[in-house]
Parts: sequence; structure tokens; C-alpha cells
Amino acid sequence: MADKIYSTKLQDTAERNVFVMFVMLLVLLSVGGLVEIVPLFYLDDTMEHSRHPEIVWQHDVALKDRKPLSAWKTGDGVRPYTALEQAGRDVYVREGCYLCHSQMVRPFRDEKERYGHYSLASESMYDHPFQWGSKRTGPDLARVGGKYSNEWHFQHLMAPRSVVPESVMPNYPWLAENTVDGEALKAHMEGLRMIGVPYTDADIAEAAKVDGVREVDAVIAYLQVLGTMVNLKDDVNYRE
Amino acid sequence: MEETKYNFDVVRWFTIMAVVYLVVGTLVGTYIASELAWPFLNFDIAEITFGRLRPLHTNAVIFAFGGCTLFGTAFYMVQRTGNTSLWSPKMAWFTFWGWNLIIVAAVITLPLGITQSKEYAELEWPIDLAIAVVWLSWGLNFIMTIAKRKTSHIYVANWFYMGMFVMITYLHVVNSLAIPVGMWKSYSIFSGVQDAMIQWWWGHNAVGFYLTAGFLGIMYYFVPKQANRPVFSYRLSVLHFWALMFGYVWLGAHHLQYTALPDWTGSLGAAVSLAMIIPSWGGAINGMMTLSGAWDKLRTDYILRFMIMSLAFYAMSTFEGPVMSSKTVNALSHYTDWTVGHVHSGALGWVAMVSAGALYHLVERLWNTKMYSPALVNIHFWTSTIGTVVYITAMWVSGIMQGLMWRDYDEFGTLTYTFAESVAAMHPYYAMRAIGGMIFWTGGAIMLFNVIMTIRQASAQRSTAAATASA
Repeated sequence: MADKIYSTKLQDTAERNVFVMFVMLLVLLSVGGLVEIVPLFYLDDTMEHSRHPEIVWQHDVALKDRKPLSAWKTGDGVRPYTALEQAGRDVYVREGCYLCHSQMVRPFRDEKERYGHYSLASESMYDHPFQWGSKRTGPDLARVGGKYSNEWHFQHLMAPRSVVPESVMPNYPWLAENTVDGEALKAHMEGLRMIGVPYTDADIAEAAKVDGVREVDAVIAYLQVLGTMVNLKDDVNYRE
Repeated sequence: MEETKYNFDVVRWFTIMAVVYLVVGTLVGTYIASELAWPFLNFDIAEITFGRLRPLHTNAVIFAFGGCTLFGTAFYMVQRTGNTSLWSPKMAWFTFWGWNLIIVAAVITLPLGITQSKEYAELEWPIDLAIAVVWLSWGLNFIMTIAKRKTSHIYVANWFYMGMFVMITYLHVVNSLAIPVGMWKSYSIFSGVQDAMIQWWWGHNAVGFYLTAGFLGIMYYFVPKQANRPVFSYRLSVLHFWALMFGYVWLGAHHLQYTALPDWTGSLGAAVSLAMIIPSWGGAINGMMTLSGAWDKLRTDYILRFMIMSLAFYAMSTFEGPVMSSKTVNALSHYTDWTVGHVHSGALGWVAMVSAGALYHLVERLWNTKMYSPALVNIHFWTSTIGTVVYITAMWVSGIMQGLMWRDYDEFGTLTYTFAESVAAMHPYYAMRAIGGMIFWTGGAIMLFNVIMTIRQASAQRSTAAATASA
């Protein structure tokens, strides 16, 4: 009996009409994503700087009146990456560093001692794309800035096992040979500005000056700023 | 004759390419696993470093091997269960060539470092656009073939492929939203915490819909066919289908517990993850119980063995997953090799083994013959099983050890181990994992050989038959 209904009327209809089933799936499959993702764009609690505006550098001035990025000092607050740092970040993404290094310190005692203060959402507000990572084959890098000298980083990137014998990281000798393309970097920064990173024309003009710099120096500049933007205080609970 | 009623040529090619990509994808995986055990294997060559080859490995196994398996089985199953030919055979060929060109593009661009850095969605924007077009071409063809079916009800396997189609379309479109800043460079339009949530909404549902729902579709057609028994419970299939569809979408947030993602989101993801044991096991039970009354077939039918072992791995990893998403366990397991092991118990044990079963079944039906060597199918079965077990055991030990070493304190209240010491401690397990991968890869290579020999044997038989007929 092909016409017998074995389950509910609705289920039977869906099993007879592919378009009914299609629409039911369209609706059902959108729920979880809508509930979990959409609020992150408007709930104030998501970003710590809605309660602690001081986390963001120059939060109280309009972009056109903002000081140049060169005026920023360590701990002044979250700011967009400089042209050199952004060039380094592009290399970091290209080489797939995020596959072995996270950039997200969790609020645990051991992580605080090993890496530093737990990471805030506001600290990666200008990170397109995010680089939180999912695996620590190597250590977390969210707060690596300022922990080692530039010379150490250079040596480590060229031959990791020469400074850390246990390391399984590849050598990156080509970073000392390749150079940054200023034209491309300018286009990259203009793209980032279009999607909300507050760059001034002066910031983007810096891209030309980075042209010809070795990639390794750009990567080191990026690593050295990681986690140093905000002067986080131990007695403040940023995530209430 | 069946051939005149159905369009099987495109299915044949998807089947062959799936086996080829199984071998290639796991070879790359074995190589990068070896790089972690013996870093000299990076050879100072940018294109073959771990960071560039790892996306190639994941894309090759998920989208090249998994994709060809899904498209091939879908085009086969939708015709057989609907008792009709494809809505558009031409479009099916477009899907075949388009998908393979995308794979070629991935093989070229990923080693060059052209990546968006979103895991399992690394391919740059021009390739993303191509994926969208080819994906829609498959989905449209699939749904329209169901629409023109000659049977009254849509068979359950088709529901799962449809769920996969709808969800992967959502995920791919939203997660790939990016601003191009050059021919081969773009930036995600989302940043930081929102970008992370959207990435893992994609990341976990690539697993949930592509690697789970899609392959459950395979299970629902090929297990009953191979066992020659009806599905155990219709009611269970309805319940677990809708529960799986509704629930899986929420799980992505459990990848971001204790991060800067708001606590409510991660906890919600973890709570739903826990509940997901029920629909997941619903599928596993429905598949396994299909054999009730026919368990003796496992002694003689090696293809069926693959399918039932895959369901055992599926049940195991869908139990492990919710455990790992609970906050206490996640605090330990996150960022460690345990996650990698969990992925592979699903990917090798479930996805690859159910695929192997389905592909062997397809080869026998599509070329109208028996496998060239059932003994080699059996060897493939054991290499797959042993390789997977070696792999996941190594990762359990290394993952839990890492987690414990990182949080260990000595009697003076200071951290006992440096990070470098934890890396050194991993070496034996990384070597063991690479060996597990090699064992698994060997099985895939044997399968490829067996499939090639079977097809040759079938065409030889056909030409003999043709010669006899004309004589």
C-alpha cells in the first residue's frame, strides 16, 4: 500500500514533495546559527571595550583627528597594525603559522604563568581574519611581543633548533630573501579599511616605505606587537 | 538493461577519482605527520613545509576524496531509489569536471601559500566562487532528480544528502565572505570574535553535515543493499534525522570554550553537543541493527565488514566528541593532539571506512563484476582498522600527556615543564602516528590496485563476451 501514512502527516508530505522537505531544512538549519552568531554583532557584552573603552587607543577622538600610528606606545591600547606589521601578518597567514600556534590565552592559572593575561575579544577586533588557532604544537603567541629580542626571533625563524633544540618547527630561510611588495601592501590596507579597520590615508601611505623590506623583519615586527597593545590590569575583571 | 535507464558513466568516474584521492590525500597526511616527528623532512622548501601542506592534506581528504565519494554515491543512489535517470546528465559532467578542476587549483595554490587561513576553507576567493557554482550544480541536479522520481516517497538516504546540501551552502557562503584585495588575496569581512565563531560554525558543520550527514546518507543506502536487509527502523531514522539536522548546527561554539567568545555561546554549544549523543547513536544503531538476523554475513562479506566497523568508529567518536566538548575535559583537551586524534577516529574510522565499503559495492555494481581479489579487500580492511587504531591511540596518549604537562605544578608551586619539554615528550607518539598513517595509506594503495585490476578484468570479460556474441 503505497499510500499508507507511516508517520505524521507533515513527515509524509515532506517525503512525497522534495520542495517541502527543502524548505523545512532551510528553516530548521538556520536556527542554531542565527541564535549563536547574530547576537555577537550587537550584544554589548561581547566586546570588553564597551565597558572599558580605555582598551582602545584614541577611542575618544574621530579618525581624522587620530594621532599617527607612530605616536602609539606599548600599552596605549588596541590599534590597527602598522604597514610593516600588516605585511608580517600576511606572511604569518601565508606560512600557516596558525596551524601550530594559537593566539588565544585562556583564563587558567598555568596559562597566565606561561603566556600572560587571558586574551580579550577587543584585542583582536581589527584582526581580519582572526588567528586564534586551534592547536598548540608550538606555544601560544598571543602575548609573545617583547618576550624575545629581534635577534633571537631572526635566529629562531632561520633555524629554530639552533635556539630551541626540542623544536619541530620548519626553518624559514626564504623569509630573509623575499621582500615586501609595497604596492600590494597598499591595496591590502585599503581593502582592510573598506571592511572597517580605521586606517587614515597617512597610515596607508606608510606602505610605500615598507617596500623592499625583508619579510623576516616584517614578521618580527608583527610578533613583537602581539599582546602588547593593551596594558591589562590584574585587578580588573574584563569579562563580567 | 540498467545502463539505458540510469546515467552511470559519471558515477564510474567519481568512483575512480575518489579512490585516487584517498591515496593522494592520506599520502600528504602521512608526510606532514612525519614532518612533525622528523622536522628535517621540511627540507627548507617553502612549498612542502607543514604549514602549507596541512591545508592541502585536509582539502584533499575532505573535498577531493570525500567530495568525489559523496557526489558519486549521491548520483548513483538518487537514480536507484527514485527509479529514474538524472535530471541533467550534462550538468553531472559539469560537476565532475568542475570539482576536479577545483582540486587541481587547490593543489597548485595551497603549497604556494595562497590561503584565507580559515581551517577547511583555506581556498582563496576565485576558487571559492567556483566551489559555489559547482556545488549548486550538484545540488540542483540532485534535487531535480528527486523531483522527477518514479517512486512515491523519498528514500531516507536522500534526506541526508539534502540536509548536507542546504547547510553546506549556508556555511560556505557566509564563512567565505571576504573582500578581495588582489587576484589571490582577500580578507574575511568579519574580525576577531565574530570571525572565530563563524569559522567554527563552518568548521564543526563541515564535519557535521559534509562528513556526517552526507556519509549517513551513504550508510542508509549502501548498508541495507550490501546486507540485503531493510533498514532496521523507519521511525528511528525519522527521529534521528530531524534531531541531527536541528542539533548539529549549534555545536561550533564548543571549539571556542574559555576563549574570548562570550561564555554563553560556548556553554550553549557544549550543552547541545552533549545532547547530540542521542541522534548520533540513533544513526549508528539503525545502521548496525540493519544486520540483525544476518550477522553471519560479516564472516564472509568483507565489504560489509568495512561498513559495520565504520559504524563502530562512528559510535565511538560521537561519544568522544560530546565528552571533549564538556568544559572540564575541554580545558585539558583543547589545543592538544587529542583533538587531532578525535578528528581522525571520525575521518579514518568512520568516513574513509564507510566510503571504502560503498566504493567497493559501487565497483562491483558499476562494472558488473566481482572484486579482482576479495583477499586484498580483507587486507585493506585490516590495514585500515589497525592504522586507525594506532593513529588514535598515539594521539590519545600524546594529547592527554600534553594537557597534563602544560598544567603541571611542582612542589614549589611553579610550572614543572617548559613548553619545549612537552614538545620533546611528543616525539615517540608523533613517530607512532606517522606509522599508523602509513599503515592506513598502504590499505588505500591496495584498494586502488584492486579497483584498477577489477576494472581491467571487467573490460576484458566484456570484450570476450562481445567477441563471442559477434562470432
